[in-house]
Amino acid sequence: MSFYRNNPLNSSPNKVQVLQVKKFFGDLCVLDGISLELKENQFVSVLGPSGCGKSTLFNIIAGLLKPDEGTILIEGENYIGKTGRVSYMYQKDLLLPWKTVLDNVSIPLVLKGMSKKESRKEASQYLPLFGLENFAQSYPFQLSGGMRQRAALLRTYLFSNDIMLLDEPFGGLDAITKRKMHYWLLGLLEKLHASILFITHDIDEAIFLSDKIYVLSQRPAQVKAAFDVHIPRPRDAQSFVRDDFNRLKEKILNIL
Amino acid sequence: MKKFQNIGKGNGVAIAFGAILIGLWELIAILDWIPPFILPSPISVFHTLLETFPIMFEHIKITVLEAGIGFLIAVFLSAGLGILVDWVPLLKKAIYPIIMISQTIPIVTLAPLFAMWFGYGYLPKILVVILVCFFPIAVSFIEGLASVDKELLNLLRSMGANPFQIYRMVKIPAALPQLFSGLKIAGTYSIMGAVIGEWIGGKEGLGVYMLRVRHSFSIDKVFATIVIITLCSIFVVKFIHIIENKLMPWTKELPNQNEGEIS
Repeated sequence: MSFYRNNPLNSSPNKVQVLQVKKFFGDLCVLDGISLELKENQFVSVLGPSGCGKSTLFNIIAGLLKPDEGTILIEGENYIGKTGRVSYMYQKDLLLPWKTVLDNVSIPLVLKGMSKKESRKEASQYLPLFGLENFAQSYPFQLSGGMRQRAALLRTYLFSNDIMLLDEPFGGLDAITKRKMHYWLLGLLEKLHASILFITHDIDEAIFLSDKIYVLSQRPAQVKAAFDVHIPRPRDAQSFVRDDFNRLKEKILNIL
Repeated sequence: MKKFQNIGKGNGVAIAFGAILIGLWELIAILDWIPPFILPSPISVFHTLLETFPIMFEHIKITVLEAGIGFLIAVFLSAGLGILVDWVPLLKKAIYPIIMISQTIPIVTLAPLFAMWFGYGYLPKILVVILVCFFPIAVSFIEGLASVDKELLNLLRSMGANPFQIYRMVKIPAALPQLFSGLKIAGTYSIMGAVIGEWIGGKEGLGVYMLRVRHSFSIDKVFATIVIITLCSIFVVKFIHIIENKLMPWTKELPNQNEGEIS
């Protein structure tokens, strides 16, 4: 049975709450009162045009930036300007070129105080799940773009596996690899328990992966609309041609 | 491997061209266009080199030792200064411009001063070497440390890395490629620095030997010394290059290095 239910778990506890967040860079208003919620084991996408401030919002949730107004609650606690609670991942894989794949994904464990040997052992258990078992001793430059993103995702997962922020993680991949990564990610999430906030400007990607989609406006960004996605899981290539998929896509296209 | 072959081919052309130049030089000597006490033939230089090598060997040891000690001290000093300056931004603002400006001082002109202060022993030579090596190493290391991707640093900090871990895991490895380009420049300077220090005065070393044979008008020996000094510099650079490859396995045989990991 799929771990992700067909309907968003509206009764589940809140993992992340963004409340009326405003952010200015100088006189420029980037975020104009954004509110959104991520519930336990939910996959929520933030969809918006390029440059609308999606990444700024992410950095605020990750604690790298402070909002000028508003609050970030993680499991009900105030997490403004505090890093280290949620893990995040960018379009850039940010793997260390001088470390092997195994050592790269072990970094969060080493930083948590595990010995090198222990952390390698722990991390290597996850390599098969992420399709990297044959590349433990490879350097990042020897991997394809898709594999590097999987390694980056594993590192993200090993740091904090209950809440992950993914900022256009597949944005740098070609269309075919990207599609494969979508299938792979959905399959992976059947096995892992995680709440995911996902940034994208790709409507298909957002609908295919998400339980809920927040559509942001141009800068200054506001939440224009929020949609629950009712396409049943597990999703596959058939999901793209369903009527409700296309109806939702049409609605979103009309808003953007 | 393909890349390696390409380099081999490129070198092949350069070696052939060099051989032609030396052949022309030999031809000039054979045809006696320039008298041998001005420009000795390459073959006679080579003979002299073989004959005098046992005598020169003692001097080579001294010069290489001075260059090596000076070079190592310069590496430690610039590594320490590099990290300090990178750690404390205010210090960087204060010191870095001075380092850049001081690079324009021709260090060799300070050699006579060191001889006046510290006499004719090893110390003034080593000081010259330290000074000529210090700036290229320090500048390349500081630039390398500053070139690390800010997002990468943010990511590791958010994962709870302390400053020590940031330097060990990220900043220093990221700075290595630039550091090594500085080390190679400094490596060639190191032998030169020692020789110049010896010209000012001393009892041993290739610089001293060179002055001695010059005074006896043995121009073939002067040439032989120049060849030896050049070879020493080449070996130093080659040695640094080998260490570079050992320390940075991830830069070997890169198909597309510029995919933006470090830049």
